[in-house]
Amino acid sequence: MYSQGLIGADGATEEDEAFLQAFQKRIDAELKIEPNDPMPEGYRKTLVRQMSQHAHSEIIGMQPEGNWITRAPTLRRKAALLAKIQDEGGHGLYLYSASETLGVSREELTDQLLSGAAKYSSIFNYPALTWADIGAIGWLVDGAAIMNQIALCRCSYGPYARAMIRICKEESFHQRQGYEIMIALCNGSDEQKELAQDALNRFWWPSLMMFGPSEGDSVHSSQSMAWKIKRFSNDDLRDKFINATVPQAEYLGLSVPDPDLRWNEQTKSYDHGDIDWEEFWRVVKGDGPCNRERMKNRRRVHREGAWVREAALAHAQKREERKQTSRMAAE
Amino acid sequence: MTDDNSLFDYVIRLADDHLILGQRLGEWCGEAPTLEEDLALANIALDLIGQARSLYDYAATVEGKGRDEDQLAFLRYERDYRNALIAELPNGDFACTITRQFFVAAFMKPFWHAMLNSKDATLAAIAAKALKEVSYHLRHASEWVIRLGDGTEESHRRMVDALDEMSIYTGELFEMDDLSKRMVEQGIGVDAAGLEREWRTTVETVLSEATLKFPEVSHMQTGGRAGRHTEHLGHILSELQYMQRTYPGLTW
Amino acid sequence: MTEVTTPLWEVFIRARNGLSHKHAGSIHAADSEMALQAARDVYTRRGEGQSVWVVRSSDIVASDPVDKDMMFEPTATKIYRHPTFYEIPDEVGNM
Repeated sequence: MYSQGLIGADGATEEDEAFLQAFQKRIDAELKIEPNDPMPEGYRKTLVRQMSQHAHSEIIGMQPEGNWITRAPTLRRKAALLAKIQDEGGHGLYLYSASETLGVSREELTDQLLSGAAKYSSIFNYPALTWADIGAIGWLVDGAAIMNQIALCRCSYGPYARAMIRICKEESFHQRQGYEIMIALCNGSDEQKELAQDALNRFWWPSLMMFGPSEGDSVHSSQSMAWKIKRFSNDDLRDKFINATVPQAEYLGLSVPDPDLRWNEQTKSYDHGDIDWEEFWRVVKGDGPCNRERMKNRRRVHREGAWVREAALAHAQKREERKQTSRMAAE
Repeated sequence: MTDDNSLFDYVIRLADDHLILGQRLGEWCGEAPTLEEDLALANIALDLIGQARSLYDYAATVEGKGRDEDQLAFLRYERDYRNALIAELPNGDFACTITRQFFVAAFMKPFWHAMLNSKDATLAAIAAKALKEVSYHLRHASEWVIRLGDGTEESHRRMVDALDEMSIYTGELFEMDDLSKRMVEQGIGVDAAGLEREWRTTVETVLSEATLKFPEVSHMQTGGRAGRHTEHLGHILSELQYMQRTYPGLTW
Repeated sequence: MTEVTTPLWEVFIRARNGLSHKHAGSIHAADSEMALQAARDVYTRRGEGQSVWVVRSSDIVASDPVDKDMMFEPTATKIYRHPTFYEIPDEVGNM
């Protein structure tokens, strides 16, 4: 399960001040907003964008791991991996459903993904090269995502919060699944440990990027915070993730690939080295190792499934017509 | 109990059927025509892999040589896999996959039902669980056969092609060789040949609702039970066994 | 081009006998039978279900939030509908 700091949030909205203030009062009172409630257009747009980015990430996120289902090393691992990836599909589905409550259809959202208009989490543009990557993805990528998602369970928009609660509950095995794979590798042979270290080396920095860039005093971000769509800053969540993850790496006997990583006694938190935001933006904009392939795959799947979706609809229509005919005959 | 390898060999056949079919279905993950269907196919694949695990686990116990489910599933040679050929056929398009699953589920449902009466308590217990699962698989596949057959011109044409492609592998399901006969005589196995009529009725009922017909088959392909497979199995194994072969003897 | 939309269905699940069906989420399906299967495959993967309902989302009639005050406020003052409105001496015991 994977969410990322929202890319390109635009909370611009044009309602009058009284309306906005009344809305803000409801938010401040921690009242949930439900689908048909009056809401600022900017709130609606930000939510649709965030939920659909989140959903797209789940769907594209099925690819790097899906790549290993047929090669999982044991039957137990195979079943767990398949169940995990299936969950991701399910979570994408829940999130599309939540987005649909705001009046945008799944077909439209799918179009936005396939046309490249909508973004998804940049992490899935990195390849899963070895079995250890499956461990690293579960441990780090799901671990990073869950930081964000637990916060989102309290999001002000009811359907999103409810979807996130369900997702967090189901996801609770995902990170454990990944970490258990890492434990097996780190308790294993030298070559297994090397696989584990190599996977950590490749996934560490992209995992930190999942939280999105520092917002500084970004207007969009503070609007999202005020509306309680977002409840913590990207940096806060990132720090929380690092603080939780470094001891887990130590337990495995692996070294985090950041020479500047140091415990800071004053902040009671780890200081970390500079994140390569140029790489982040490059990958977001389409030039990561797998962007083209991921999109090409998704488009192919959509294209190849079209005749099946058409057939199901055509059959449903025939059924409906037959029902009408027999009803008329009976009358 | 039998004092030869009959029971082990018999259980391995069943286990291989489920593993290989589950492996094939697992390839659909992330590739299905709708998200809903992606989850449905994964559910079926997980059922099949679960059934395979129970069966390998039992085979390992029967064998009593210290091999476990993974050694049996991953570390045999190509000719030692004994699944029916239909399990290893490529997914093809959605019509092909649905047709394959439909044929197999329509067979496995009465098969597991008959296995409930096995004198072998473990097989009977596995059958009880599998029967519920396969009943749903059959319903799922049947509904799709009907929609694709009686959907659009294109979906109908694809179903006709799929039936043509898959039907020649169905005869093997009902074959009774010496091993199967011995198992039936001992009250352990199922008389597969005796299930053909029921299978045929199920298949024809669904196909007729789907405006489809079971094709004329001039010759049924066979060989899986004797380890004579299609060329596809080798490729399945090269992925399935990749980790175990590349890093021998490690724990994952 | 956006393709023809597949109908949306709301899914209600009864987790255990004795409980009522509860809204779980929604799915897309072309017809009711497929909707039921999809609901089962999507929303009952962890033993959550004993019974499933699916309803075409477009068939649900919902009250308008604009009417909320008119619809629901008037009951707030009718406190005599609640047991705590009535005073019964403690000696009488639980009632």
